[in-house]
Amino acid sequence: MSVNSLVAVSLAYVAFLFAIAFFAERAAARGQGGWMRSPWVYTLSLSIYCTAWTFYGAVGYAARSGMEFVTIYLGPTLVMLGWWWVLRKLVRIGRAQRATSIADLISARYGKSNLLAIVVTLMAVIGVTPYIALQLQSVTLSLGAFAGPPGSSTLGNPASAFWVAGGLALFTVLFGTRKLDANERHSGVVMAIAVEAVVKLVALIAVGIFVVWGIAGGVQPMLAQIDASPIGTWEMDRSRWVALTALSAAAFLCLPRMFQVLVVENDDERHLQIAAWAFPVYLMLMSLFVVPIAVVGLDLMPAGSNPDLFVLTIPLAEGREGLAGLSFLGGFSSATSMVIVATLALATMVSNHVVMPVWLNAQGRNGALVSGDVRNVVLVARRASILMILGLGYLYYRFSGGGAALAAIGLISFTGVAQFLPALLGGIFWRGASRWGALCGLSIGFVVWVYASLLPSFGPDGAMSARLLAEGPWGIGWLRPQALFGIEGLDPTVHAVVWSLTLNTTVFVIASLITFPTPLERLQGAQFVNVFELSGQPREWHAAMATSEDLMIMAQRILGADEARALFREEADRQGNFGHLPEPSQAFLQRLERELAGSVGAATAHAMISQLVGGASVSVEDLMAVADESAQILEYSSQLEAKSAELARTAGALRTANDKLTALSVQKDAFLSQISHELRTPMTSIRSFSEILRDTDGIGQMEKTKYASIIHGEAIRLTRLLDDLLDLSVLENGQVNLNVETGKLEDVLEKAVVTAQASGSGTLTIKRRRLNEAVTLSTDLDRLAQVFINLMTNAGKYCDADKPRLDVSVETRDGAVCVVFFDNGTPIAPEQRDLIFEKFARIDGTPGAGAGLGLAICREIMTRLGGDITLDHTETGNRFVVVLPQQAALAAQ
Amino acid sequence: MKPALPSSVFLEKRSYRRRRMMDAVRLLPVLGMLLLMLPLFWPSDPGAAGGDAIPMSTAVIYVFVVWLILICTAYALWRVLWFTRGAEASDADTSEDGDTG
Repeated sequence: MSVNSLVAVSLAYVAFLFAIAFFAERAAARGQGGWMRSPWVYTLSLSIYCTAWTFYGAVGYAARSGMEFVTIYLGPTLVMLGWWWVLRKLVRIGRAQRATSIADLISARYGKSNLLAIVVTLMAVIGVTPYIALQLQSVTLSLGAFAGPPGSSTLGNPASAFWVAGGLALFTVLFGTRKLDANERHSGVVMAIAVEAVVKLVALIAVGIFVVWGIAGGVQPMLAQIDASPIGTWEMDRSRWVALTALSAAAFLCLPRMFQVLVVENDDERHLQIAAWAFPVYLMLMSLFVVPIAVVGLDLMPAGSNPDLFVLTIPLAEGREGLAGLSFLGGFSSATSMVIVATLALATMVSNHVVMPVWLNAQGRNGALVSGDVRNVVLVARRASILMILGLGYLYYRFSGGGAALAAIGLISFTGVAQFLPALLGGIFWRGASRWGALCGLSIGFVVWVYASLLPSFGPDGAMSARLLAEGPWGIGWLRPQALFGIEGLDPTVHAVVWSLTLNTTVFVIASLITFPTPLERLQGAQFVNVFELSGQPREWHAAMATSEDLMIMAQRILGADEARALFREEADRQGNFGHLPEPSQAFLQRLERELAGSVGAATAHAMISQLVGGASVSVEDLMAVADESAQILEYSSQLEAKSAELARTAGALRTANDKLTALSVQKDAFLSQISHELRTPMTSIRSFSEILRDTDGIGQMEKTKYASIIHGEAIRLTRLLDDLLDLSVLENGQVNLNVETGKLEDVLEKAVVTAQASGSGTLTIKRRRLNEAVTLSTDLDRLAQVFINLMTNAGKYCDADKPRLDVSVETRDGAVCVVFFDNGTPIAPEQRDLIFEKFARIDGTPGAGAGLGLAICREIMTRLGGDITLDHTETGNRFVVVLPQQAALAAQ
Repeated sequence: MKPALPSSVFLEKRSYRRRRMMDAVRLLPVLGMLLLMLPLFWPSDPGAAGGDAIPMSTAVIYVFVVWLILICTAYALWRVLWFTRGAEASDADTSEDGDTG
């Protein structure tokens, strides 16, 4: 078979794939594509895990290291069998969050951080580069195998890899970016991949059957030949067996293209349950004939031939051109399907997380509203990304020399992408995982990987000098790239895997423990970790802020005018708003965000909608959901605390009120007993003397007069008591009418002194200091005089000094005018000082017949007038201070 | 006429069986890991003590038989779960998710 016919077959095959994709998409558009969403298509699409590495490299791997190749398929088998643990959750989260890529998912988990998305994208691009180079190398080698022995043709030498890369780029651009939508499943691409999966499986099995039954002559002879071959005994580096199984399991979860087919293209979660056993079947079938082919190849092929090409060269050597052609198509299918999906996934990540945010920023604040079609930007960005990724792969191929075993290259790539694992698993199982933890862990893991695995892969004096590899930088032994921290003797791959993932995980955990996540991060963390408990309701927009016109303009630019119009019309019809723009309801905004997310990624779509809507705030309910149990308990207990404090306050108030009521009741009882006593005493003497007058005969005139005057006196006393009581009652009830007039304090005092001395015993000397008495007052002067008279007569009655004396002076205290009555009698005891202004309060052991109402009345009057009366604390004598109403005095000045 | 009790016992049994099948699904990868890591104990250095090296054909047969057993178990479990799900409709579905925590 000539190279020309090979190229023609390849082109025909590509055309066939295009046709399949075209019909699949047309069927899907017509709604007939139900069968395309079957679990079998899903399972077959997972087969892009098996790339040219598997098709060519596995045999080479087996020829070099025996059964070790199988670890690469045992890891994913275990992951699929354990679908319940990780994949089930990953798929549910991916669907709930509408993730478009692994970078999207990780950034969404850690608070929709675009920085994290950029880091993951860059790491993915660099990590997958060796893998793309592997595909280029394998296609180039396979073409070379047809061209004859090395050096006899230009085909198969590294230069032709350029044309292979260019052809793959063109193919991917044509195939993958005709339609702009990453989120809606690429039904055409998935269909084509499924067909390619069948082609490569059939091709490998065909070669295997030919080898076992055609060359070796059956199963038993084959087994015998295996045992007799150079790889005939079990020779296993145990650390590699474990590490590679774990690494392939990790890479299966973390590879961007695997995430694309496992999560993004997943149509129904139940498909996962079928793929859980169906995909291991596929992997097992792909691995089944690897060892026989390797053994027969080692036996048949001349020493020094490349074992990576046994799948091709055995049929060629046996003269089976047709089988070799099929085998070539199988390898071509493996390489192309991987390159398509991997570059599409990476290009989506690059355009969504790097190009679009930069472009939107460059457009300024109102980027979402500028006219023009964003779709072109996205498409150009994706195509440029595809070219860039394939270009990087080509460069890697050139600089690594193109001579390495395929499996060795693949393992470098696996180790690179496996760095996502701690952030990914931590993100879906541990709510405490924080953005800084993810960033730090990813960074350190990436650096260790580049240092210990990627750079040494260019060979001695490639990217690192041989001296650096042997002695470490600056001769520091424990920094040697393949013997970090002085641990020697490890296999380089195991060494890189162990150190990068250990440091990555450690730093991730420690940084998560010591940093504090933002509210959005905690919200997303709760939604990820508890995805099965939560209803999966995504964020809600506050719809009122956006206008349908703005949304329409934005949607047109991203979805295209026709698609946007169709979407809006459909939504308007659904809302019953025929012929108009739909209302920007929450449901509509969510649907629109979903549609936009399919084109530009969740983070960007979210940012664009929030530009128009004014930001989806994290609502109180969201925050409540974030607040973990202890926070809720804290809040509850603080509520309880507040309530109990309130109760305590109320109880205190009640107690005070109760005390007051008790005191009032006591006071009332005392008042009643006091008043009955006060009334009974004069009544008793009135009754006795009137009885004497009535019943006793022969009373003299003098005695009659005496008794009658006693009765009269008691009656007067009774009247005065009643007057006082009435007065007090009126004052206390506030029913008193104040007769406000203007006069001089001097005159009021003069009048009071005259009255007091007229009614008193006359022994009291009243001394006045007239100096300050010239104050004009505007108040009820009669009432004020009553207070003065009362104080003066009290002094006359109770002052027990030999020469009773009362000094009356006018002072100014704190701006208020005060009249001070200072006598020279015995001071009132301190404990009684508070009582003397109470009703019926009389100082114990004092003579006199007062009812004890005078001072109570004085205080009531002063309170009514707006002033006050107090008793100062003094060493000798008593010092009553009448504070005049301030306004009354001030107005007069 | 059947009393209600036996029928509910029957359903209980079904849902119990289903739960245990889910346990088996969860444990299957653990079993797989154990079986696939067993070759670590094989003598791999022909010169060392511990018997002769295992022939490659035996190793190939062992790995693929274990692989096949795992796949068949997974398939059988899927069959059981798939059909009890169909029979029980919503009843067990809801309890299954609540059981996940």
